[in-house]
Amino acid sequence: MDNPIIQLENVSYAYPDAEAPALSGVSLEIARRSFVAVLGHNGSGKSTLAKCLNAIVVPQSGRVLVNGLDTADEDKLLDVRRTVGMVFQNPDNQIVASVVEDDVAFAPENLGVPPTEIRARVDEALRRVGMYGYRLHAPHLLSGGQKQRVAIAGVLAMQPQCIVLDEPTAMLDPVGRREVLSAVRDLRRHSGMTVVLITHHMEECVYADRLIVMEKGRVAMDGAPREVFPRVEELRALGLTVPETVNLLHQLREAGWDLPLDALTVEDCASKIAELIVS
Amino acid sequence: MSILETQNLTHVYSRGTPFEKVAVDNVSLSVDEGELLGIIGHTGSGKSTFIQHLNGLLKPTAGKVLFQGRDIHASKDALRAVRFGVGLVFQYPEYQLFEETVFQDVSFGPKNMGLGEDEIRERVYEAAAFVGVGRELMEVSPLELSGGQKRRVAIAGVIAMRPRVLILDEPTAGLDPAGRESILENISQFQRETGAAVVLISHSMDDIARFAQRLIVLHEGRLVMDGTPAQVFDRANELKDMGLTVPMATEIALALRARGVELPESVYTTKYLRKLLTALREGGGPC
Repeated sequence: MDNPIIQLENVSYAYPDAEAPALSGVSLEIARRSFVAVLGHNGSGKSTLAKCLNAIVVPQSGRVLVNGLDTADEDKLLDVRRTVGMVFQNPDNQIVASVVEDDVAFAPENLGVPPTEIRARVDEALRRVGMYGYRLHAPHLLSGGQKQRVAIAGVLAMQPQCIVLDEPTAMLDPVGRREVLSAVRDLRRHSGMTVVLITHHMEECVYADRLIVMEKGRVAMDGAPREVFPRVEELRALGLTVPETVNLLHQLREAGWDLPLDALTVEDCASKIAELIVS
Repeated sequence: MSILETQNLTHVYSRGTPFEKVAVDNVSLSVDEGELLGIIGHTGSGKSTFIQHLNGLLKPTAGKVLFQGRDIHASKDALRAVRFGVGLVFQYPEYQLFEETVFQDVSFGPKNMGLGEDEIRERVYEAAAFVGVGRELMEVSPLELSGGQKRRVAIAGVIAMRPRVLILDEPTAGLDPAGRESILENISQFQRETGAAVVLISHSMDDIARFAQRLIVLHEGRLVMDGTPAQVFDRANELKDMGLTVPMATEIALALRARGVELPESVYTTKYLRKLLTALREGGGPC
C-alpha cells in the first residue's frame, strides 16, 4: 500500500490479569481517505484495536505508526492525537461544556489555535454534522444522536486526518443511528477524511470500502463488504450475523435459486430476486 | 385474562410550569396473562414514562393502573404487591449491580420479600439458570464479569422475585448479535416456562417481529396501534411517518412488490418471506 495513514506491525497487547491477549500479532495498513469498518463480537479485540490508533493503548510488542510516527514515542503523542481523533460509544461521557459551541471549541482551544480560527473551525464542524442550528443549546438536553454528532464535531474541529468511531451508535435509537451514520458517510464523501468505524451492526458496514473482522485478537477476515458478507457460515461461526438481505439471499440459494450473495442493499436484493420471479 | 391494566393513564411532567409536558396521554392498555407484548415507539414517545407506572414507580397524573384487578395506589399493600409482582428491568441494568458477589446481588429482591434462606437460594439458582449464569459464577464479584454477563445477572435479580409480569426496557442494547439472540431466547423461555407475561421494549424491529405475540406502538404519548406483529407491520408507511423503522424483511417485501412481485402486505420475518417466495416460484409464476 502506498503511503498508508496508519500501519500496525505485529501488534500485541494484553490487559493486566486477562486470560488471553486482547490483540495478538495484528498487522494491517489503513489507506488514506478510505472508509474501514471493523467488526467483531464483544471481546474480539476491536475496541483495543481502535484505542491503538491514537495511542490510548500502546502495544506491548510490535508498533503502530501514524503518518510514520511511532505511537510509543511520547514526544510525538500530540501529533498522533492531532492526526487521529476518536469518538466513543457513550455520548454522555464525552461532553465537557454547557453550551454546544463551547464543547466543540474545547479541543482546538487546548491545541492553542487562535480565537478567530477557532470560531471558523467550530462553525464549520457544526455545519458538517448538521448541528449548526443548535450551537447555543445545552448539550445535555439534546437527543443521543444529536449529542453524538456534537462529539463528532468536537473531533472535526481539531481537523484530524483520520476519525475513529468506537461503536458510536450502540446506545442510540434508530433515528439517532441514522443521523450519525449519515454524518459519518458525509465526512468521507465531502472531506476525504479517513474513517474507521468500529461496530457490530452489520447494516452499518454496507457502505464501507473495506471490512476487517476481528476474532480472539486477530484479523479473521479482511476485504470489501461484497467479499466478506457472502461468507455467511464463517461469520455466524464468529458470533456475527449478516444483514437480512444477505440472510435471505443465502437461504434462497440453499433452496437452489441462482442468486448472488453480494446484493447488500434492500433495493439490490429485491431487484435480483424479482428478476427470477417476474421473468 | 388481564393481569395488568391501565385505564386512561395520563402523566404530565412539570405541571403548571413553562416546561409542562404531557408524556403519556390517556393510554388504556390491558396486558394478558402469559403473553409476550412488544412496545415500540421512538425516543420521546413516552415508553419509559409509561412503563414506570406499571410497577408504581410513577404515579399517574390521571387514570389508574390495576394489577390483578386491584388499583395499585389504593393501599400500601397493593403497592407492595405490584413492586414484587411486576418486575422492571431498566435500560443498562448492569449499572445497578452493587453487591459483593453475584449470589448476593441476585438475592437482594427475594431477601426484601422476607423469604427464608432456603427459598432465597432456590430462587437465585432458578433465576440464574433462566439467564444462563452458571453456578461457578455465584461467588464472583459482579465487577469481574463481562458486559453481557453483568446484564444477565441484573435481569436474574428481577426474575428471582418470580414476577407475574416482567418488563424489560431495551434488554439487548449495546450487545453483539450472539449476545442479543441468546438473551432474547432466555426471556422467551422464561415466559413459556413460568407463564408470566413479558413486556419488551425494543428499538430493534427485527427482534421484536420474531419474539412478540402482540405489539403496541406509542407515539407522542398516545397508544396509536395495537395488534399482532402482522397487523402492525402491515402499516409500514404509517410507522415510517412516525420516524420508526420496519423489519428489514418488510422493507425487502415492499421493494419486491414495487417490482411487480405479488406478495401479501404482512411480511415481517425473513423466514416467512422465504416461504412466500419459494411458493411463488414453485407455483410457476405469479399467483
